[in-house]
Amino acid sequence: MDFDLSQNQTMFRDMVRDFARKEIAPIAQEMDEQSGMPDDLIAKMRDSGFFGLAFPEQYGGLGADTVTYGLVVEELAKASAGVCVMLTVHNSVGSYPVAMFGSEDIKREYLPRMAAGEIAAFCVTEPGAGSDAAALTTTARKDGDAYILDGSKIFVTNGSRAAFFVVVARTPGTTGHRDTHAFIVPRETPGLTVGKKEDKMGLRASDTTVVDFSGAKVPAACLLGSEGDGFKIAMAALDGGRIGIAFQALGIGMACLEEAVRYAAVREQFGKPLLKQPVIGNMIADMGTELEAARLLALQAAWLKDSGRPYGKQAAMAKLASSEAAWRAADKAVQIHGGYGFCKEYPVERYYRDVRVTRIYEGTSEIQRLVIARHLGRDYV
Amino acid sequence: MTRADGGRNKESAVKFELSEQQRMIRDMARDFATKEVAPQAAENDAEERFPAELVGRMGELGFMGMNVAEKYGGSGLDTLCYVLAMEEISKACASTGVIMSVNNSLVCWPLETYGTEEQKQTWLAPLARGEKLGAYCLSEPNAGTDAANQQTFAKPDGDGWVINGMKNFITNGAHADTLIVFAQTNPALRHKGIRAFIVEKTDPGFSVIRKEDKMGIRASETSQLALDGVKVGPERVLGDEGTGFRIAMSTLDGGRIGIASQALGISAAAYEAARLYALQREQFGKPIASFQAIQWKIADMVLRLEAARLLTYRAAWTKEQGGSYSREAAMAKLAASEASHFITNEAVQIFGGNGYSKEYPVERHFRDAKITEIYEGTSEAQRMVISAQEFKK
Repeated sequence: MDFDLSQNQTMFRDMVRDFARKEIAPIAQEMDEQSGMPDDLIAKMRDSGFFGLAFPEQYGGLGADTVTYGLVVEELAKASAGVCVMLTVHNSVGSYPVAMFGSEDIKREYLPRMAAGEIAAFCVTEPGAGSDAAALTTTARKDGDAYILDGSKIFVTNGSRAAFFVVVARTPGTTGHRDTHAFIVPRETPGLTVGKKEDKMGLRASDTTVVDFSGAKVPAACLLGSEGDGFKIAMAALDGGRIGIAFQALGIGMACLEEAVRYAAVREQFGKPLLKQPVIGNMIADMGTELEAARLLALQAAWLKDSGRPYGKQAAMAKLASSEAAWRAADKAVQIHGGYGFCKEYPVERYYRDVRVTRIYEGTSEIQRLVIARHLGRDYV
Repeated sequence: MTRADGGRNKESAVKFELSEQQRMIRDMARDFATKEVAPQAAENDAEERFPAELVGRMGELGFMGMNVAEKYGGSGLDTLCYVLAMEEISKACASTGVIMSVNNSLVCWPLETYGTEEQKQTWLAPLARGEKLGAYCLSEPNAGTDAANQQTFAKPDGDGWVINGMKNFITNGAHADTLIVFAQTNPALRHKGIRAFIVEKTDPGFSVIRKEDKMGIRASETSQLALDGVKVGPERVLGDEGTGFRIAMSTLDGGRIGIASQALGISAAAYEAARLYALQREQFGKPIASFQAIQWKIADMVLRLEAARLLTYRAAWTKEQGGSYSREAAMAKLAASEASHFITNEAVQIFGGNGYSKEYPVERHFRDAKITEIYEGTSEAQRMVISAQEFKK
């Protein structure tokens, strides 16, 4: 057992922390209010290599291991959960399917461009296929040496900015997860249209859109893995994605804890700081304990992935524990701030709205429990 | 004065039926809320638009001074009628609900309870008729839960007073015509030096500093106010010397019944939306209502809603009996606000990604619910009130 980070991991985390404090945190509130991200922030992140964080070095990435990636995600989320989700979707579910399942030609064609900052997105969810991802109805019809995509995807993070979309679709007339296929689809593909932006409770700096496919022709070379691998690829991508979301939630949760402690230390009622009042002290103690426990689960999942061992169960546990702990932390942080916590003048108001989705996307808490219970069933029966 | 007899029938020990009058008021409020309030709720939230026309309509319908005697322009109804109307209106729009609650509970009530005949004729009647709007000014930048720590000072000036200070988080602050303002007259006496004053928005020295940009109840307005040498005559003092803090606290007892009802309305709206969505949304080939994880949520949501509603009805009933009801009001407010937090949170979860989108109303209910655990006494303050009463026994 070793709870120390490597020198490299610490260095990477500190570098990102510094960047996040200087470049992201000061404009986080403004990005939330204006529902967007400035292009020059994206350019700076591009220059710093953020878009190739988790990519292998041979394809132009930084080759960060999953633990490092998690620490980076946490630092970004602490500053702005909206900026963070843009990068995590790009680095995990948007690109991982290409890195893991793409042919060598595909990897060489797309990964360096993604690593250089051409943004990736992931299209699985549909109006009728949320937790039940296998119910997707977008079709991929074989047409000579190509596939023709038809259907509509929703809740696509990065939809407005993405250059590439990983899309899961099925053979027409089939049901279930077997006849599904995954593709990498460039934005300029005729028949692909990016639709309206969702007006969301939180993560307002990031964009979430509809993506429509209407006779969108994709060369057969863009198929990831083999025919029929679509659902498997999506689920594998989500296993890794969940580690990212766990760290995102932890980042928001830690920001809540820090703000709450700082506020409680200076805010006086009944002649003494809130921090010295047992009820508030207890709330803060619970926030810290739950977040640290969750972080250990998240680090464990990242470490398992880096060690090449199975990590699906631990990723689900990490995502469930982190998102739930961060949610409770956000709620307590608002409560400790009292009326101020309900006002946009204080960042905890934003954290409360931002953190809520971490219990929903990349598998709701209910789905994580289902995944965990299935794993435990296999472990002990 | 014709007060309803509902809930005050001493011959029947426990009765769970509403009186005919209570049902009538509830139905009238429901009808108004469904037809006039609900259709504009999402837009008022998005645009931070104060529903001035609705407030006018509520005045016409008698909702702005529900418990005030008819001779002072009120509707002369019992507290349960008020609770029922508050729930229905808040179910459609929590912002409209809090505007109504403040006027009824925090302004009309202390004026009727502690005001002189002249004060009632001059200030209460137009508020109760809904011609004017009221605000209650207790909180300050450094006096939140510790409300006795007033830094607004009133100094004697001839036979009147000059008031200086700043008030925080004032619901209806910028729209109110008549404001009840608490101020310290003698710091040496601590809370016993606090007095209550009637201030008008036209008084020189009164100004709105800024409007808060809030997470929820965005159609209601919350402002920071300044009192900069506001001069008031002796006719503007409410209650006797040394009673200001007691007026503030007893007013909040009633206010908490109003906020409990507001929370019930938010809960009922979110619960109903989630129940219907669960029946109609299909995943894995069947309605999500057929999954145990969802069934358990629905059961816990409705359980919390109904338990909180009964506590709120009991608080209303206790108030009608005369005597103290601060324990019952604190319990109702604590249970109902925490239930609304739980219920709106589960409703968002049942809606999944759709619950995070402003296209569905649960997103708004979720944002609106949080404040009910904070204002008119945080949950922590309610627990202080309840335990203090328990140890006093």
